[in-house]
Amino acid sequence: MPTDVNLWPLIGVAIIIAGFVLRFNPMLVVIVTAIGTALAAGFPIEKVLTTIGTGFVKTRNLPLIILLPLAVIGLLERHGLRQHAQRWISNIKSATAGRLFIVYLAARQLTAAVGLTSLGGHPQMVRPLLAPMAEGATENRYGKLPAKVRDKLRAFSAATDNVGLFFGEDIFVAFGAIVLMVTFLKEAGIEVEPIHVALWGIPTAITAFVIHAIRLHRLDATLAKEIASENAAETAAANTKK
Amino acid sequence: MTLTIQHLYYLIGFILAVTALLTVRDASNPRRFSSALFWAIYAVVFLAGDVIPPMWIGLMAVIMAVIAGFGGVAGGKHQPRTDAQYLESAKRLGNKLFVPALAIPLITMIGTLSAKHLIFGGTPLIDLKNSTLVSLGVGCVVALIIACWLTRETPVQGMRESWRLTDALGWALVLPQMLGMLGLVFSDAGVGKAVAYVTTTYINMDIKFIAVAVYVIGMALFTVIMGNGFAAFPVMTGGVGVPVLVHHFGGDPAVMAAVGMLSGYCGTLMTPMAANFNLVPAALLEIDKNAVIKAQIPTALLLLTANVFILYFLMFR
Repeated sequence: MPTDVNLWPLIGVAIIIAGFVLRFNPMLVVIVTAIGTALAAGFPIEKVLTTIGTGFVKTRNLPLIILLPLAVIGLLERHGLRQHAQRWISNIKSATAGRLFIVYLAARQLTAAVGLTSLGGHPQMVRPLLAPMAEGATENRYGKLPAKVRDKLRAFSAATDNVGLFFGEDIFVAFGAIVLMVTFLKEAGIEVEPIHVALWGIPTAITAFVIHAIRLHRLDATLAKEIASENAAETAAANTKK
Repeated sequence: MTLTIQHLYYLIGFILAVTALLTVRDASNPRRFSSALFWAIYAVVFLAGDVIPPMWIGLMAVIMAVIAGFGGVAGGKHQPRTDAQYLESAKRLGNKLFVPALAIPLITMIGTLSAKHLIFGGTPLIDLKNSTLVSLGVGCVVALIIACWLTRETPVQGMRESWRLTDALGWALVLPQMLGMLGLVFSDAGVGKAVAYVTTTYINMDIKFIAVAVYVIGMALFTVIMGNGFAAFPVMTGGVGVPVLVHHFGGDPAVMAAVGMLSGYCGTLMTPMAANFNLVPAALLEIDKNAVIKAQIPTALLLLTANVFILYFLMFR
């Protein structure tokens, strides 16, 4: 079949998958993929560099959200913000990591759905507040946490923020993704109302909440079991040493 | 005067220049010269990114990737305070510690919502195109002032703390931007077109349910590759969604778009390409770099399966 589509740039997809699977350094994988893809598209070397440079300048907004809060968060950490967050949550006797995450998930999804996407985020919410609170609530019940359990709590803190944000913001009509969808469909000759696109996001948003909340609910039981087995392993190891 | 994203670039450029300076003077850092060079180049990208010809920026990006790729970016030994010191100031300051931390999201929110009303003599105070990011910048500066006042520290100490955390993040901090750049290179090189061509040519989409499944799963897979649902959407919707689901089977385009994009987000949860959401938080929380993705995969796969049915039943209701 004759085709005017150049299939060579697909080599980029192969390079990046191979690079990540073989665990090469991600920065090298990305730059090699960028160069390889641009060469496969038939760009001369100056255009390859120009394309990379233009893209690198255009995406300068991406690190802002991480870099800007670091000074404040670092200063507060130096003065015990994480320790205080842990102590604060230990006053709430019914608090467990799972329950805390479910409340946070609901709050994150609802606030994102009304456009308040900035009321959360990894540098300003997850690291200084949510993760220490989850650790504090769990420590309150079980004492000092094995490293494996602590890392799992941290991973779930970040995951919960992501799930809440992703499946909340698409319900907000003024969100960029809705504009993008409506504009794209318009160019394809299909007229849709932004509000309809936003409303039809609700079934998936609710499903996302239910699925993730059930997993968070089960997390509490899993944690109890893991802590028990880790502690047993530690005791056994200590006994054999004697 | 309007506060624009350009001012934030200068601010970040300044912070990174300070980071480079502190790094080069840090004898505890085993790679202090290459690390400092890395941060210095990055500072230049922010300070002068729009005056330097793109070809040179491209070369600088390659140099940064090579320095990072061969282990040239390392952090120094930052002396943590003792547990007693942390607890002492946590007790002394108590809930006041929450104030600057919560001021950041609060000011960002207020700024974003009121940006359209803050217009004086025809000049907006906050750039309307980037009101959230600019408000975030304002929020962080205000929060830093409050934090310094509360803790009796100087802004210089704030810079040192920023450097400490930047050191801990290392090159992971630059990865989101590198991947964003790669997404643009992919679209310039026509990767999307090639993927759409391959999917539509080799899969039989005469059965309605299969067509729906291909669209939903394709959105997720393509997002895994591109790291971004926005890049996958035009490809899958142009290649499968509009011609097959809407024109051939007569489905509702609004449902298709909404569920399609959210299927793309399921892909975002599963890919290292979405560095800002998956790899950077892992670095921030000092856990294994794939730990966040691992925590998310079950949610993403279950939701993706649900989406196939949601789209199938709601689109052809």
